[in-house]
Amino acid sequence: MLFTSYTFLGFLAVLFLLYYLIPGKFQWKLLLVFSCLFYYAAGPFCLVYILAATVTVYFAACRIGTISEEQSAYIKAHKTELSREEKKSYKQKMKSRCWKWLLACLLLNLGILAVVKYTNFAIYNVNSLLTALGNDRRFGFWDIALPMGISFYTFQSLGYLIDVYRGVVPAERNFFKLALFVSFFPQLVQGPISRFGDLSASLFAEHKFDSRTVSFGLERILWGFFKKLVIADRILTGVNAIIGEPENYGGAYVFVGMMFYALELYADFTGGIDITIGVAQVLGVTVKENFQRPYFSKSIKEYWRRWHITMGTWFTDYIFYPISVCKPMLKFSRSARERFGEALGKRMPVYLSSFAVWLATGIWHGASWNFIVWGLGNWVVIMISQELEPLYERFHGRFAVKDRFWFRLFQVVRTVLLMSALRTFDCYRDVPLTFRMFGTLFTAGNWQILWDGSLLQLGLGSLDYGILAAGLCLLVTVSLIQRKGSVREKIAARPYPVRFVLWYGLFLAVLLTGAYGVGYDASQFIYNQF
Amino acid sequence: MNRLMKKNRLVKILISAAVVLTSLYLLQRLLMPKYVSDIVEGALIAEYYEEEKDHDVIFIGDCEVYENFSPAVLWEEYGINSYIRGSAQQLIWQSYYLLEDTLRYETPEVVIFNVLALQYNEPQREAYNRMTLEGMEWSMAKVHAIQASLTEKEHFLDYVFPILRYHSRWSELTGEDVEYMFQTKPVSHNGYYMRVDVKPAQNVPEGKILPDYRFGDTAWEYMERITKLCRDKGIRLILVKAPSLYPYWYEEWEEQIEAYAKKEDLLYLNFLELQEETGIDFRTDTYDGGLHLNLSGAEKITRWLGNVLVQEAGLLDRRGEEPLTTLWEEKLAAYEAEKQDQYKALEAEQAADP
Repeated sequence: MLFTSYTFLGFLAVLFLLYYLIPGKFQWKLLLVFSCLFYYAAGPFCLVYILAATVTVYFAACRIGTISEEQSAYIKAHKTELSREEKKSYKQKMKSRCWKWLLACLLLNLGILAVVKYTNFAIYNVNSLLTALGNDRRFGFWDIALPMGISFYTFQSLGYLIDVYRGVVPAERNFFKLALFVSFFPQLVQGPISRFGDLSASLFAEHKFDSRTVSFGLERILWGFFKKLVIADRILTGVNAIIGEPENYGGAYVFVGMMFYALELYADFTGGIDITIGVAQVLGVTVKENFQRPYFSKSIKEYWRRWHITMGTWFTDYIFYPISVCKPMLKFSRSARERFGEALGKRMPVYLSSFAVWLATGIWHGASWNFIVWGLGNWVVIMISQELEPLYERFHGRFAVKDRFWFRLFQVVRTVLLMSALRTFDCYRDVPLTFRMFGTLFTAGNWQILWDGSLLQLGLGSLDYGILAAGLCLLVTVSLIQRKGSVREKIAARPYPVRFVLWYGLFLAVLLTGAYGVGYDASQFIYNQF
Repeated sequence: MNRLMKKNRLVKILISAAVVLTSLYLLQRLLMPKYVSDIVEGALIAEYYEEEKDHDVIFIGDCEVYENFSPAVLWEEYGINSYIRGSAQQLIWQSYYLLEDTLRYETPEVVIFNVLALQYNEPQREAYNRMTLEGMEWSMAKVHAIQASLTEKEHFLDYVFPILRYHSRWSELTGEDVEYMFQTKPVSHNGYYMRVDVKPAQNVPEGKILPDYRFGDTAWEYMERITKLCRDKGIRLILVKAPSLYPYWYEEWEEQIEAYAKKEDLLYLNFLELQEETGIDFRTDTYDGGLHLNLSGAEKITRWLGNVLVQEAGLLDRRGEEPLTTLWEEKLAAYEAEKQDQYKALEAEQAADP
């Protein structure tokens, strides 16, 4: 069920009416029913996978919770009898039991994810290897349909399980509440990846109709529709034209494609998240922000703190830190310091942990070498810029340009260009082709296409470019205003006629300039495939 | 104070709703195609609702009815009051629901259905759907017609709120969209689309070999529903195959229709086989090389059909009946006027490019 389909709007309208008509104590149950219906609409088989994740995580978390409770009760009961050593040994034993449950559940769920998402990638690589070795044997590909949002709900539910293990949140004893946390429909399609501690309070609470909250939610949905339908789905035609025929569109077209894709991905993903957060807000549920004006970042590192925030923090909390502080890594750190000196030796474990994170990020994004190279490309750029840090500091010590507008603009443009260049790996069908196309940027010498009208042959007319330019101006303006606080708050403080003109104007912009309906292909959200 | 605030709020909501609904309505009217000077076929279906509804004969079907039969001739020569509810590529279920729709207003004595529509068993093209369905007034017949006709990418809601379909037409708007925003001008003569120009039929292609010559189940289902509906209402159903040379009419199709007509005891007239009787000459009586008849051809076969209607269906001459006669005087004047206009335009065109 596409967020931008009539079916979804109808689904939402029915849910909204029922949600505020029924007693508050039934609201979360209604959300669970509608989440199941939403997921069922994506294919009944999808329910099996999400149910498996929910059941296994529920039981593992309950077991871990029970073991932790037993431990607390035992220590409390035998506080005076047990020596410090006995307490430590007992805790160790209980922790080991919890670890076994955690590990089993992690392996099972990541195993399911790996099988449905990466089996064919593995087969492809084995076949390629056999070819390289001159062996004629080939393994057939599996016919496995990827359940919608499996990466998102798997990570979200495993994050919860790890939090229970760490004692950050108590185990949720109500299976249906946990099921709702895992399957809450607005974030099933493309995240954000919520934490139980952040989401549960408002998700299970009773909500009375509040016109301000509801209208804020609806405004956010409308803004998401604008990004998705007016910008992302319109520019999609140009992106597809360029990447669909690499043999005809090299050189400067690759640059244009990079820029188009940067805009498309931003409008598509942030638009989808706006709809997600808006829908949740209409229902009184608070979902964490996933973006913070990422294209205003002055470095790639900063960009990744502001883009897909919940995924970044998930990888940091559940992969980077555990790897950084695990025993082998601490041992490696000690030996690196001894061998390479204090400064470099100290950084090496960080680089290694970052490598693991970026490798995982790449793999998470998709089962192809393109994503793996893209992930590692990010890692390389971040590591290089970290290594160049002293050089930057010396430069800034000598030239006082750090706070100059033009220098900050240069940094922002540099970040956007770097990110867009890395994203070419998302676009082309394989890694060698991506490198080849990237190479044509410097060899084709066809930059005249930027002004000789060639861009009008990409399926986008001058009106499309006009709409895109106006949309882009609006995006930038809103982002600039956002730096000083919520735009919706600012608009809400205006007199009613101004508010009405602004929001109705935005609605008409979506209605009249949106790329939807017959004549336009309804495009799935890009992040839905992850 | 609280009451005053509530009142103010209510006023704000009402004014806002009025502004939204009015502006959306106006936008929808503006953006919808008007079919006045270009692709006028799209305007045919809606014109019926402006008519007096006391017809003896109703034609239903695709372009083979609205371009090949002239109700003006039926009136002028036989006193038969008829109307054509035809539209481009009208699918058989659309014909059925158009008949249902027509029967909401009147019960004619004869319904004439052009059988070429049986060739399609599934929805075809959105553009043609629009031209047939949009002009229908809302009723359950229209709802069912839409549901039966939707192609894969279409949505029912797009018919309820056509602005959702035509939302991006603002870039193609012309003066006509403003001029005919609320009131359009008639483009047909009782559903007949007049063309006086001539393009002789030459090198008419043979029909392609089909994998299966049997009409589809859905097509037959609606054929039977048309027959039953007519029978239930006491209407004489006549099946016709207009004399268009293309799309090709296969012998296998002919056999199926003949068998059906015989089984149901229906009169079936295949004008392709009546060229001698009707006097059709494809060197002079078609404007597009044999696909459709021009005015001359349409008047010839209508004249022949009128005689059949009188002889076989016993239709009476209603000339002299008021206010029908006065109404037809106006219609015939408009018919003649357009005929003259088209001949003049054609002469001017030929003079400019001899």
